[in-house]
Amino acid sequence: MYNKGTIIPGLIIFVLFVTFPIWFNGLKAATVPKPELPPGGEKKCVESVEYMRANHMQLLNEWRDNVLRDGNRTVVTVEGKDYRKGLQQACMQCHSNKEKFCDSCHTYAAVKPYCWDCHLSPKEAVSKEETH
Amino acid sequence: MKYAFSFLAVIALILIAGLGSQVPGMQYLFGIVIPYLAIMLFVGGFVYRVIQWAKSPVPFSIPTTCGQGASLDFIKQDKLDCPTKTSEVVARMFLEIFLFRSLFRNTKSELHDGPKITYESSKWLWLFALLFHYSFLLIVIRHMRLFVDPIPFWLSAIESVDSMLQIGAPTLYLSSLALLGGIVLLFGRRLINPQVRYISLNNDYFPLVLIFAIAVTGILMRYFLRTNIDIVNIKNLAMGLVTFSPVINVKIGAIFYIHLFLVSTLLAYFPFSKLMHMGGVFMSPTRNMANDSRAKRHINPWNDPTIKPHSYAGYEDEFREFMVDAGIPVEKELSATKDEA
Repeated sequence: MYNKGTIIPGLIIFVLFVTFPIWFNGLKAATVPKPELPPGGEKKCVESVEYMRANHMQLLNEWRDNVLRDGNRTVVTVEGKDYRKGLQQACMQCHSNKEKFCDSCHTYAAVKPYCWDCHLSPKEAVSKEETH
Repeated sequence: MKYAFSFLAVIALILIAGLGSQVPGMQYLFGIVIPYLAIMLFVGGFVYRVIQWAKSPVPFSIPTTCGQGASLDFIKQDKLDCPTKTSEVVARMFLEIFLFRSLFRNTKSELHDGPKITYESSKWLWLFALLFHYSFLLIVIRHMRLFVDPIPFWLSAIESVDSMLQIGAPTLYLSSLALLGGIVLLFGRRLINPQVRYISLNNDYFPLVLIFAIAVTGILMRYFLRTNIDIVNIKNLAMGLVTFSPVINVKIGAIFYIHLFLVSTLLAYFPFSKLMHMGGVFMSPTRNMANDSRAKRHINPWNDPTIKPHSYAGYEDEFREFMVDAGIPVEKELSATKDEA
């Protein structure tokens, strides 16, 4: 083998790059997040659990467009229960703890939804009210 | 219709994964066994190919010289295109690897009135290649969010830059569009340019179609076919793979297994195909050698060490008598050497 002095370090760098997740994690798998169920004990949502786990972001996006862009605030009625379209008005009414519900999965999957650029989590809302 | 085979092959791969992953129990094959095999083939094959190259001797000093070589002081040397020092070679390699500088030399010949023929740099290939390679790199890096925990800050930073337009939810990645654009342009180039089309083979089309299918399945999975695509379950599987404790205990949509199978195919195919230019660009003697053959003697590794260099003076010493006999002019006369002796 020729040019060992450059080729072997080069190959080591390559293998280190490819195996980045292996040595970065140190063989420790992170615990899978378990989002907190509504503290109030509600069992029904606007859609099934599977649908919400996979598609909640699309539903929220659709509601955002309905309400803010089209002015369509039609109440969603599911099995006799009315939901007003909105993160704080519908979702957070039951899933009241953002940190234990939303953030648990979002942090795990490195998702940074920009909901909170405008919205306040219930906790933040309370602290804002106190300062006024 | 050379490219039809590549499309058929990729469609077959999609069907295998799409149907196969729906058979109970086969998720372990498509989600765990095949990805492990593929990554082992990728790393092992890559290292093997590089070592095979490293074992091949370079008999001659063969850098491509594309500019004025080092000469007299008042002649300006083109240091990048005709490097003589290691630092210049490093600079040339850096520009080659990161900016694909040699693609500037993709020329197009045109006949003008006169008649006059011109060879102008056709930079489209360079532009498409940059678009394709950098968006692919970004996408590979971005996927690391599924393999590491906690997420390093630079990974989040890359991700937020990539999705900065905040289109839709999940947010649209700009690199997805750039990759698709790059592939379509590179593929279109092979179809539209008659010369390139003539020299294109199946092993040129196949990787393009495969990567195209990977990009499309990824985009479909993220934005459209979201049934049973829960990112938490997918990250759980990915984390399991890199910590050697993989489990699949939930249903994941078929589109995920198709995407994963295509990526596994790409990884397994990589070391045995033209895609090895990733390693080969570093190993290419026409780029990584300095044009200093007049200053430093390049030793051919093939040389038999028992055969010593034979200078002309030595040659004449050996054959002087015969040369004089044959009437061949010599530098030192026969009598002079006789006197010395």
